Amino acid sequence: MRFSEAWLREWVDPPLDTQALADQLSLSGLEVDAVEPAAPAFTGVVVGHVQAVEPHPNAGKLRVCQVDTGDGEPVGIVCGAANVAAGQRVPVATVGARLPGDFKIKRARLRGVESNGMICSAAELGLAESADGILVLPGDAPVGEDLRAWMALDDHCIELDLTPDRADCLSVAGVARDVGVLNRVDLRSPKIASVQPAIDDRLPVELMAPAACPRYLCRVVRGVDPDAPTPLWMQERLRRSGLRPLSIAVDVTNYVLLELGQPMHAFDLARIEGGIRVRMAQAGEALTLLNGETASLRTDSLVIADQGRPLALAGVMGGADSAVGAGTRDILLESAFFAPAAIAGKARSYGLHTDSSHRFERGVDPTGCARAMERATALLVAVAGGEPGPVVEAVAADELPEPPVIPLRRGRIAQVLGLGFGDDAVADILGRLGMELAATDDGWEVTPPASRFDILLEVDLIAELGRVHGYDRIPVTHARSAAATRAPLEMAYDPARARRVLLDRGWHEAVTYSFVSPELQRLVDPTQTPLALANPLSADLSVMRTSLWPGLLQALRQNLARQQSRVRLFEAGLRFRPDGDTLHQEPMLGGAAVGPVLPEQWGAPGRDIDFFDIKSDVEALLAVAGCADAVGFIPAAHPALHPGQCARLERDGQPIGWVGGIHPSLAAALDLPATVQLFELATEQLGGGLRPAFSSLSKFPSIRRDLAIVVDAAVPFETVRGIVRTAAGALLRNVVLFDVYVGDKVESGRKSMALGLILQDVSQTLTDDDVAAVVARVLAALRSEAGAELRA
Amino acid sequence: MSDGNAPDLDALQASALAAIAAAADLPALDQVRVEYLGKQGRLTAQLKSLGALPKEARPAAGQAINRVKAELQAAVDARKGQLEQAALQARLATERVDVTLPGRGQECGAAHPVTRTLERIEQLFANAGFNVEEGPEVEDDYHNFEALNIPAHHPARAMHDTFYFPDGRLLRTHTSPVQIRVMEHREPPFRVIAPGRVYRCDSDLTHTPMFHQVEGFLVDEQATFADLKGVLYDFLRNFFEDDGLKLRFRPSYFPFTEPSAEVDVQCVKCGGSGCRVCKQSGWLEVLGCGMIHPAVLGHVRIDAERWLGYAFGMGVERLAMLRYGIDDIRLYFENDLRFLRQFG
Repeated sequence: MRFSEAWLREWVDPPLDTQALADQLSLSGLEVDAVEPAAPAFTGVVVGHVQAVEPHPNAGKLRVCQVDTGDGEPVGIVCGAANVAAGQRVPVATVGARLPGDFKIKRARLRGVESNGMICSAAELGLAESADGILVLPGDAPVGEDLRAWMALDDHCIELDLTPDRADCLSVAGVARDVGVLNRVDLRSPKIASVQPAIDDRLPVELMAPAACPRYLCRVVRGVDPDAPTPLWMQERLRRSGLRPLSIAVDVTNYVLLELGQPMHAFDLARIEGGIRVRMAQAGEALTLLNGETASLRTDSLVIADQGRPLALAGVMGGADSAVGAGTRDILLESAFFAPAAIAGKARSYGLHTDSSHRFERGVDPTGCARAMERATALLVAVAGGEPGPVVEAVAADELPEPPVIPLRRGRIAQVLGLGFGDDAVADILGRLGMELAATDDGWEVTPPASRFDILLEVDLIAELGRVHGYDRIPVTHARSAAATRAPLEMAYDPARARRVLLDRGWHEAVTYSFVSPELQRLVDPTQTPLALANPLSADLSVMRTSLWPGLLQALRQNLARQQSRVRLFEAGLRFRPDGDTLHQEPMLGGAAVGPVLPEQWGAPGRDIDFFDIKSDVEALLAVAGCADAVGFIPAAHPALHPGQCARLERDGQPIGWVGGIHPSLAAALDLPATVQLFELATEQLGGGLRPAFSSLSKFPSIRRDLAIVVDAAVPFETVRGIVRTAAGALLRNVVLFDVYVGDKVESGRKSMALGLILQDVSQTLTDDDVAAVVARVLAALRSEAGAELRA
Repeated sequence: MSDGNAPDLDALQASALAAIAAAADLPALDQVRVEYLGKQGRLTAQLKSLGALPKEARPAAGQAINRVKAELQAAVDARKGQLEQAALQARLATERVDVTLPGRGQECGAAHPVTRTLERIEQLFANAGFNVEEGPEVEDDYHNFEALNIPAHHPARAMHDTFYFPDGRLLRTHTSPVQIRVMEHREPPFRVIAPGRVYRCDSDLTHTPMFHQVEGFLVDEQATFADLKGVLYDFLRNFFEDDGLKLRFRPSYFPFTEPSAEVDVQCVKCGGSGCRVCKQSGWLEVLGCGMIHPAVLGHVRIDAERWLGYAFGMGVERLAMLRYGIDDIRLYFENDLRFLRQFG
């Protein structure tokens, strides 16, 4: 909603300057988006009278005009506009004037003829984007008068960004009422009298869809002068409200729309057969609209039709065929109420949005149709002549929205706002808002005005009290709440702790889009069919990820492209895994890393990250989650991972994640190094580990025995460790692996593992015999169960 | 000639002292010690030769020799101390390192500014007794719109630019559906914040199709707009670490709150005098809030006569931009390490 400040001040003129008025509007809920000058700065432009126009002696396209600028003596001005003519009143930039763009007017010789100023176009004065010739002023413009003052150009255009509930403020009248309430200033609404009919022409109206259109007014006006120019003041108001003047009939309806908020329409009477039927569209009907497009109408759409065919999409846009044209002298004016529910969504469904649909879908005052009709008739007849007929009104009274009667309890106001209101204040505020109040035992019964579709409940009234009083004047309090504080369980998965582990181990946190490209998704997780968006922004962001890896790999790639050689990124977020009719939205923690294991530094050899580096990070995550002992790393296959460097993480037999090197084919497809390492964990499965349980510390020394064994290369360490633990029994505190060797010094197909066994008893110091017995048991078990030998 | 010692004792002492002083290192010093004070040493030999003296001369001569012996021992000890100190100094000098060399090992990574901000917000509200709840991101129409008093064709839906799936489900456009998810299965009172990702079908210089919000709400037998102001004053002043930060509550409209407000803070860049960040207004819009609409409570079968509530929602990217001076929202999701490293 854009309007002229001067227009508003004609209705209500509070003692506030422009900025204060704008601030007040914003703070009352009518957010001011912009305050712009109605015209850019210029000086020295006056109303001139063109007394004579003669051809320029040396230039075919120029004319030499004698222009009276009020000094008595006409001055010669050279003008290139084709539309300049003797007798016109025109804006003249006199010598010394400054036009917008800091354009200074000087006395000049144009092709040998002296020119004492410039006759201006609307564009040159900043009053239009472009102009076809000079601006011709009305014949009564006072010669010599400063144009700025005469056109009242020291005005502002105020742009409101209204919330959808405040349709009542989509007009100067509506904003004026709110300004009046806020300042406790009375309105000076213009008097709108009925226009007496001069002829008796009337068109019958049938309300065939009374719920959608319970009130329809129309009026015939015959003999309108289609060439009558729209008066400058009206053009200016339309322009300052962001509308372009078109023709008198359209301009008048637009003017009334802006002034009173009632959308109107003007039909070419000759194109209407029989009468008006307000009905739902029939299947198969089509209508070519004013914008030139032909809409195939749906049966849920309300139309204005005549006997045979639809003429307009009700409340949205008129039809091209019945529109007022260049030669239209006989007009039918429409002023109707369409129910918001009938209009809501319709314009959008036809790809349209109009000033009319914008208002009707939010709610237009159902009692304002007649007033708008009279206003429009009076303006039209005054400017373009014509003879109006009587107003024809069709009403389905039962279907008109009935303003609710809302009980307002005195005590409830403070309960909601934390601030009580005196009875006088309530009556004053609500009364000025146009509400009717009737006292009850504990408060009032309030009837809001018909224009306030947003006032339905007691709390809506309380909101109005708060709004008009000012939210900033409501106190700031601190109340206790009875709500219990529920702290997370001690052994619940703590996402912040997990993130901290990764950050402290040199990972950077990424946030990638939850939707990814289907190609990338398919490459990473070909076995899943992802959920696809119906209206994606682009193909690259069109399917919901089933893994965090597509986004992370893409981020990895982009960073590598930006000359980063060492990238470790992790992300926490949902993956979306369709499973039949259900969709699993699972919180995941995933990571992707490439490049040297340590940042480049002196004194440490550079080495690329490998499986065991990333496994160490995953183990750290499991450790802080308290479930390290419950999770196993199982050799397995994943399409995105290297088949020989890939582990599935399992807890209680359930898969909870993956860790591994990237599959070389995937790396090649994504143009990534083959050394990329990946992990992903379903974090919901990481909670609920064992709470720490104390066991007493032994007072006796521990003893370490190191064993170097040789086993087949295929024997997993996990197996060796299991055998050691079982065989060693209760005295074993820990078993550490301190070397793994494959090479010349062991048989081909075998590997050597160096194990440190740490033994300790809780009740005595171990003797050499005790230790020797354990070692013997361990070696025997390794020999028999894993084919191990002691390394020579 | 001191104390009338025999001339050969004096000479012996003098030569011993000279040798001690000349010993350049500990082994040399030990050699000197053995030469004079050892079992076969020259001073020891003097003691052994006492027997050759007349009996009455023996005590005096013995005393003289013992005194010289003590003096020489002291001289040896002193020299030993000097030499040890010098050796230590020499070793320390060789062990000097360049302490300006960088430390070795792993570096720390950096949190994403959005999560960093989310964590701060969660912490501030946790301190105020709010519990963190989460909800699904693929939502249904009921929880995202209908139950929040936004029926089909409501003009407010047009402001949401929703991503849909073919079956009618959608990506949540705000974190407000968590209100419904929490309230529909539990009994009040509630004091909850719900952080998370939200989605709008919009992408330009100032919009990304995914961003983060934190929703907060409280439902209790007593809850007023004034209390809501109290919670938000505390939060925003703590968040911006400015106890004098000015706030402005502007009436606004959300279908799920009434009364509704937008909250502006005094521009944290210019302090309110007007700058590029606040578009010369001196104010920055940071969140929306209001009293929970009775229709919302009705949808979750909570008696709106007995229970009152307030709710608020804020954009995390916006708060992070204001806090850290980030000027381009698109940077958040490019995950450029040069960007991320700045938030370590």
